[in-house]
Amino acid sequence: MTDTKGQILGFVRDRYPQAEITESQDIFALGFVNSLFAMELVMFVEKTFGVTIPNDELRIDNFRTATSMSDLVTRLLAEPAVA
Amino acid sequence: MTVTGVAPPAAAPPVPAAVTARVTDRRSARAFVDTHVAPYADAYDRAGRVPEELLRRVAEAGLWAPFLPPEAGGAGMDWVTLGEVHEEVGRGCSSLRSLLTVHTMAAWTVQRWGSSEQRERWAPAFAAGERLGAFCLSEPGAGSDTSGITTTAAESGGGWVLNGVKKWTTGGQRADVFLVFARTAASIGAFLVPRDTPGVEVRPIDDMLGTRASMLAEISFTDVVLDKDALLGPSGFTAGMVLTGTLDLGRYSVAAGSVGIVQACLEASAAYAASREVGGTPLAKLPLIQAKLSDMVTDARAARLLLAEAGRLKDAGEASTIMATWVAKYFASTAAARHASEAVQIHGANGCGTDYPVARYYRDAKVMEIIEGSNEIQRMTIAGQADREKTG
Ligand SMILES: Cc1cc2nc3c(=O)[nH]c(=O)nc-3n(C[C@H](O)[C@H](O)[C@H](O)COP(=O)(O)OP(=O)(O)OC[C@H]3O[C@@H](n4cnc5c(N)ncnc54)[C@H](O)[C@@H]3O)c2cc1C
Repeated sequence: MTDTKGQILGFVRDRYPQAEITESQDIFALGFVNSLFAMELVMFVEKTFGVTIPNDELRIDNFRTATSMSDLVTRLLAEPAVA
Repeated sequence: MTVTGVAPPAAAPPVPAAVTARVTDRRSARAFVDTHVAPYADAYDRAGRVPEELLRRVAEAGLWAPFLPPEAGGAGMDWVTLGEVHEEVGRGCSSLRSLLTVHTMAAWTVQRWGSSEQRERWAPAFAAGERLGAFCLSEPGAGSDTSGITTTAAESGGGWVLNGVKKWTTGGQRADVFLVFARTAASIGAFLVPRDTPGVEVRPIDDMLGTRASMLAEISFTDVVLDKDALLGPSGFTAGMVLTGTLDLGRYSVAAGSVGIVQACLEASAAYAASREVGGTPLAKLPLIQAKLSDMVTDARAARLLLAEAGRLKDAGEASTIMATWVAKYFASTAAARHASEAVQIHGANGCGTDYPVARYYRDAKVMEIIEGSNEIQRMTIAGQADREKTG
């Protein structure tokens, strides 16, 4: 597992210690995600990986699993920064 | 019988003195509030509004949106300092602090989520106080339960059409632009609606229990046609985040204002207890009164630290700021209500009259337990944290 994925999983597990979450599990399907958690998740990703997620990337498919979030981070880090 | 001293009708509020320095930190905020705000706050409360001159003084002091970046006309103020500044304003006048709160919510949301055109159009005007913002979420039929809002925004002709009624909008009588939350096909979206858009109608709500000078309004939107980029932020699942983030800042500012109320109660009560004597003994020497004062000192400090921690986490971009802000607001607002009640108690009949400010603190403090997430909603949310912290 990549470090990015591991950190994201760690964050989700920390918030929901009772849940057994794997990197490919759909966290929306587990019914965890409310707007508070969504906000925390986005803040966590932006802070931890030093990226700003543009509005058009704030799509549900980018946040479904630790893998999809990790892919998003990799993609954003590869892009040249825009103001 | 001759009746003298009949309560005068609400007079025009007095005009504060000219501003000589910009507010950059707690110390300058305190000086601004002591000179321009606190001496007039009771008069504003009675008049049910603050005068335009005060709004201009706030602008001259750079207080409307100092957290915006310098390129947007702000001062790039950090959140810890902003909390201290809003505390000081809340110490002087909760109505003005409420106006700052909703303006902060609108300005931040545009800066964080607006298109570059929206930012260019609004952020400098928000920073300069040339345009004032207000926050429209609550409706006649929905407050705590935000999912119950019925205002709709329908996509039409490449833009949006807004219909619905918002209630209890702080500053609504005066604001130039409304941040309106409305139901879209996908979610709840945030829309920026200039007051002069056809179909917007503002009806004042007066005579509230507290924050009486914050110029509330009920606002109806009838077939209001908006451009595509009136929607701030993403649509779809993360649209709820815009609301979460906006409310988080509102809560932070109300927490700060509540710390200010506790501090105001402490300062007024300590002064009164030192000068008022019963049976030849100053109130301040009576153990039961000392117990009240010591609790005010303690809670003011505790609430201030909780607020500072929430602000520090915001400055660091930490996700845990959201829960920290709930906790700070819950603690500070309940402390404000408790100590405002005790402040009135310490003042006796004087606490119930108009010669001392504590009756105003008491009425304002009650409002803090209702706005930006009522006590009950706060406790339900914080209970989620308890669940995260359970062992085993
Ligand atoms: C002075 C003032 C200024 C305001 N300014 C604004 C503004 O600028 N913009 C805006 O949008 N709104 C504003 N509001 C409205 C405010 O946000 C709402 O009043 C608040 O969210 C509570 O909603 P409500 O009044 O509809 O009460 P309700 O939601 O009807 O709740 C009534 C009572 O039931 C409790 N309750 C609700 N749900 C539960 C539950 N699940 N379990 C247990 N108890 C529950 C509540 O805590 C409350 O005590 C303002 C209100 C006031 C008083």
